[in-house]
Amino acid sequence: MTVLRSLFRQPSALFGLAVVLVVVVLALAAPLVAPFNPDEQMFDGLTLEGAPMPPGGQFLLGTDTLGRDLLSRMLYGARTSLIIGLVANGIAVAIGLFIGIVAGYLRGFMGNVLMRFTDLMMAFPALLLAIVLAALMKPSLWIVAMVIALVNWVQVARIVYTETRGLVERDFIMAERSLGAGHGRILLLHILPHLIPTAIVWGTLGIATTVLLEATLSFLGIGVQPPQPSWGNIIFESQSYFQAAPWLVFFPGMVILLTALAFNLVGDALRDILDPTQRGRG
Amino acid sequence: MTETKPTGAPVLSVERLSVDARTPEGLKRVLDDISFDLYPGETLCIAGESGSGKSVTSLSIMGLLPKASLKVTSGKIRLGERELTTLSNSQMRHIRGGEIAMIFQEPMTSLNPVMNIGAQLVEAIREHQGSANPEATALEMLEAVQISDPARRLKQFPHELSGGMRQRVMIAMALSCRPKVLIADEPTTALDVTVQAQILELMRKLKAEFGTSIIMITHDMGVVAEMADRVVIMQQGRIVEQGPSVEVFGHPRELYTRQLLAAVPRLGALAGTDGPPRVSKSAIAPAQRGTAPVLHVTDLSVTYGGASGLIFKRKAPPATVDGISFDIMPGETMGLVGESGSGKSTTGKAVLGLIPFSGSVQIEGRDIAGLSQHDMRPFRRSAQMIFQDPYASLDPRMSVGKAVAEPLVIHGIGNASERQDRVAELLRRVGLTPDAATRYPHEFSGGQRQRICIARALALEPKLIVADESVAALDVSVRARVLDLMLELQETMGLAYLFISHDMAVIERMSHKVAVMRGGRIVETGTRRDIFENPREDYTQALMAAVPIPDPTVYRKC
Repeated sequence: MTVLRSLFRQPSALFGLAVVLVVVVLALAAPLVAPFNPDEQMFDGLTLEGAPMPPGGQFLLGTDTLGRDLLSRMLYGARTSLIIGLVANGIAVAIGLFIGIVAGYLRGFMGNVLMRFTDLMMAFPALLLAIVLAALMKPSLWIVAMVIALVNWVQVARIVYTETRGLVERDFIMAERSLGAGHGRILLLHILPHLIPTAIVWGTLGIATTVLLEATLSFLGIGVQPPQPSWGNIIFESQSYFQAAPWLVFFPGMVILLTALAFNLVGDALRDILDPTQRGRG
Repeated sequence: MTETKPTGAPVLSVERLSVDARTPEGLKRVLDDISFDLYPGETLCIAGESGSGKSVTSLSIMGLLPKASLKVTSGKIRLGERELTTLSNSQMRHIRGGEIAMIFQEPMTSLNPVMNIGAQLVEAIREHQGSANPEATALEMLEAVQISDPARRLKQFPHELSGGMRQRVMIAMALSCRPKVLIADEPTTALDVTVQAQILELMRKLKAEFGTSIIMITHDMGVVAEMADRVVIMQQGRIVEQGPSVEVFGHPRELYTRQLLAAVPRLGALAGTDGPPRVSKSAIAPAQRGTAPVLHVTDLSVTYGGASGLIFKRKAPPATVDGISFDIMPGETMGLVGESGSGKSTTGKAVLGLIPFSGSVQIEGRDIAGLSQHDMRPFRRSAQMIFQDPYASLDPRMSVGKAVAEPLVIHGIGNASERQDRVAELLRRVGLTPDAATRYPHEFSGGQRQRICIARALALEPKLIVADESVAALDVSVRARVLDLMLELQETMGLAYLFISHDMAVIERMSHKVAVMRGGRIVETGTRRDIFENPREDYTQALMAAVPIPDPTVYRKC
């Protein structure tokens, strides 16, 4: 509860939290709040010349090139993008944390094997790997999420590994060992908490990159399958019409930016609140 | 040596200098109305404990205060006729290194690791004087600081030199432009005592040769006594007392100065006694000394790195600890003394099974060789450790109460409320209030943190505590109180200590028996009385001779 109270004392964090809540609630309630069926290609959704409708009037944010309502597509797209940005990205951070900590703590042969594997993954073009994986399995939202998780943990593992190695050398870990603490206790109580800031920073930064990676995959036809919308594929579908219908790129782009920013603000605030060494300081 | 009366105009004079720090709570005064003069050819020592403002004083003179957080609010700093506080940054650059030079505590971090010594010296020389042949000047300077094989050093990099040699290079660099004033901020604190003695000797010699005045900043009253013509004693941003060093040491006027001097352990202060002084107020019978050793070490060796290599077989590195043996009886303190690299800390970790070793280590009669972390657990209840740096040995993300309860939780002792009571009792035992339990390590001072570490080590009621340089990071007055606490705990609980230190005076105060280590071997061992009153080995004698004595009259005699 004190966490929430401290969160409320920071205006920027409060703003972030509000945006996050609004996005999540709208995504969950998409069927209730969306004015149209997101996949319906409406006849009056296009001008007489067959161009998309600009924002205003019947279609609040305009329509896309097939005459579908942009607002409705964005609301449903939020579901896809949040799953990618939160779940896929969360799994990636968790895998990275696990591999990084284990490799950094064990070092030796096992640590080396894990880190060389990480290096291999890093050297391998992520997009190529994603294409191969997605091609092997029938594309669906969850496959895309898994693919993204599998290519995005690498940087996290690398950084966590370095930090863990530094932590293991610290005296308080040696002190813990001299008290008789087991490996599990040291890893969970004395190393993991120190890596939380790193995990939070990577977790929040990863939201924007994973949402865009999903868009890339969708653009290549191996991501979320049309007509299911996601913020990323709305942008990619419409980018060649950018000059004629800028709203098609502008609105989803703004939403991705705003959501990533909001998660970042909340993450920063959480990091400070969870750090006891910041307590009692201005 | 005759008493040098300050003559002529001061080279440097600081007049009513005040410095404020910007903190989240507003401005905080860190230097308050400081005034002192530095006369030609004299050494002025600024002495004080941490937080006294002595380093801020030197940075103000150099114009190197971090502008974002510290700022001179009033006062003057005059170098000869020039006012320094109003100079622009570029004007100040000519003063720095040219007329005022500075050497720092840590010579490794003050030298650029990717530039060779010669290039760094030449750069410093070129910056401030149009010497026709800076390379030749660089060589001359290295010769002046009496570094061995100076021509070869020019081509070496900082990591190839020892700490003492690096500090000599720093001095060469500082003096290369023949500055009027040399500021030395704890120049020998990071060095071994024998090296410290050589560097201090060198600085005295060079002062005369180069006609430089020296401001020396130090916490070590022994160094002050050895070097200073005049002393400034600082406390919490104020000058408490200043005057000629013989006067300040002989007849200190202020209470703080007297306390500071009283807290300095003097080598030989305990001559004629066998054990450390008794400190308990209550008349508790001294804990029974058993007959079986609590720690029995035979032929202990530690080698770091090992010869294994996955593909390329590496050559086995030399042993860090090489076949040492000793015993510690219950209730007894064994002092392990040596310089850096002597293997004394490694020994401390090895006897607790924290690093792999060969040979035999028996804790209360049972061998711990080759035991896993899990199998070591029962032994942890008998033998504990207190580390050097209380800032590093407590988990910053764990509250003090949790940290002290850690050993109880790990060994499954008591339930939550029993543990809480025990933590409160332990904190009281080491002189803290039980409400400390809810706070975090960063809210405590160094001395308090070391008390927390002691409380944590005591939680399992061990028989033996390995104290690795446990007071080295503390101020003298705090150090004295922590040492007293450790002695009191020994008297009341019958603890045995393996007390590891580089400081001969501290070893003398704490030990019953002493072992002197050098290069991984014990060169001399015996009772404290034997070692301190009758050292047989040259190395032990050299170690003791190198300890600065906090009494300037000793140095004036010769």
